Amino acid sequence: MASMHKTALYERHVQLGARMVDFSGWYMPVQYDGILAEHHRTRADVSLFDTCHMGRFRVTGPGSLEALNRLLTTDLPAMQDGQCKYGFLLREDGGILDDLITYRFNAEDWMIVVNAGTQDKDRTWIQGRLPAGVAFTDASLTMAKMDVQGPNALACVSQICGVDVESLGYFRFRTFDYGGVAVVSRTGYTGEKGVELYVEATRIVELWNGFLAAGVRPAGLGARDTLRLEAGLPLYGHELSEAVTPVEASMMRYLTKTSPYVGRDAVLRHQAKGPEKVLVGFEIEGRQSARAGQSVMYRGRQVGTVTSGSFGPTLQRVVGFASLENGCAAVGARVQVDTGRTMLEAVIVKPPFYKAG
Amino acid sequence: MSGNAIYFTKDHEWLKVEGDEATVGITDHAQQALGDITFVDLPKIGKVVNAHDPLLVVESVKAASDVYAPVPGTVSAVNEKLATFPELINQAAYAEGWICKFKPFTLAVNDLMTAEQYKVFLQEN
Repeated sequence: MASMHKTALYERHVQLGARMVDFSGWYMPVQYDGILAEHHRTRADVSLFDTCHMGRFRVTGPGSLEALNRLLTTDLPAMQDGQCKYGFLLREDGGILDDLITYRFNAEDWMIVVNAGTQDKDRTWIQGRLPAGVAFTDASLTMAKMDVQGPNALACVSQICGVDVESLGYFRFRTFDYGGVAVVSRTGYTGEKGVELYVEATRIVELWNGFLAAGVRPAGLGARDTLRLEAGLPLYGHELSEAVTPVEASMMRYLTKTSPYVGRDAVLRHQAKGPEKVLVGFEIEGRQSARAGQSVMYRGRQVGTVTSGSFGPTLQRVVGFASLENGCAAVGARVQVDTGRTMLEAVIVKPPFYKAG
Repeated sequence: MSGNAIYFTKDHEWLKVEGDEATVGITDHAQQALGDITFVDLPKIGKVVNAHDPLLVVESVKAASDVYAPVPGTVSAVNEKLATFPELINQAAYAEGWICKFKPFTLAVNDLMTAEQYKVFLQEN
């Protein structure tokens, strides 16, 4: 077995009494003082998240824009400097290698932020497809990452980092000095206002401690998951995988119509033919949860599988995603989830389930 | 085994015997391991189970877990408050977080542990 990775904040998590778990080969905190408390604190105030496990690549040099334009589904030529955008890395057959956020510093300087469990294959895939003259750097170890999320996040970050983030637009970023060039973007994975911060790895513990000293509490992967699910955001390995295309993942809005990215022909063929299954959201009144892997029934017949499901602490009902046969799953349709113990009555709804007030 | 006594199982349930009735819950160790409890699937009154049969299900944010019958018997009451406040189990596993009451057919189940034995069991596992 390959040895487990530790983030630069590992010792801090242990000192804080976090419950550590194996997440994609990384020791990560699933909770500090309870998933529900951390979830509610993020919705009402602000939380810190260690996201150092995610991959961070830099692609630079003349020809970067054209090279990335052949790999990513994002409309890179239309982006402005200082803008970041969500998109996918696809196989030739349209299977989703990863979902990611691309940062445009300028046409010859980009950062790509990818998932933890996929970073090795992403690195190989991207590096092997860049022409000579375009430089690829894996900055995952030299540049650390943490997220600050919640309605009070922007004020907090502005004060502690000494950078104005309150004037920063959604999916915009700027650089600032924090013992070297640091980056702050108005992005996140919670459905709340907030930022993702990138600083020199040698400074991350100091920055983390600065937030703690200001009274900001950390939240673990448990709350990160319930927060993203309520916000209707997909999780790679659940809603997205190499086995599904963006057509089946109901994510076509994140594909540019103009760029010649790998997988484009397959995706367009798939879209024209019509997908056999589609990703939908569902809600269940009550507290008993549907869970990933459980069967979804419609008129007594299995029509799909739950990809994620949880009690939503803010919503006080169960929400989730399911991959269902195309055509049987209109919004408002009633389906059943077979938990193996009981049948839960669910209604198909359009995500997001939760929107910040 | 008789009188007022509290027993524990290897599946981390507790059983408090008072007269001919026993109260069942999950141990403090179990609630800590599960994390925040979000749902309790309370059993029906009158449900008859053998020792180690699935008695009910508790769900935390992350998973659903079976709670097993510590001894054979019939469910005689349930803690209705848990339908709205499942967090009572996290807050007071041995008091307000009790789950159901039980009419045991027998307490002669040889793997029930005393508090002392359960403490040792936790240390060894």
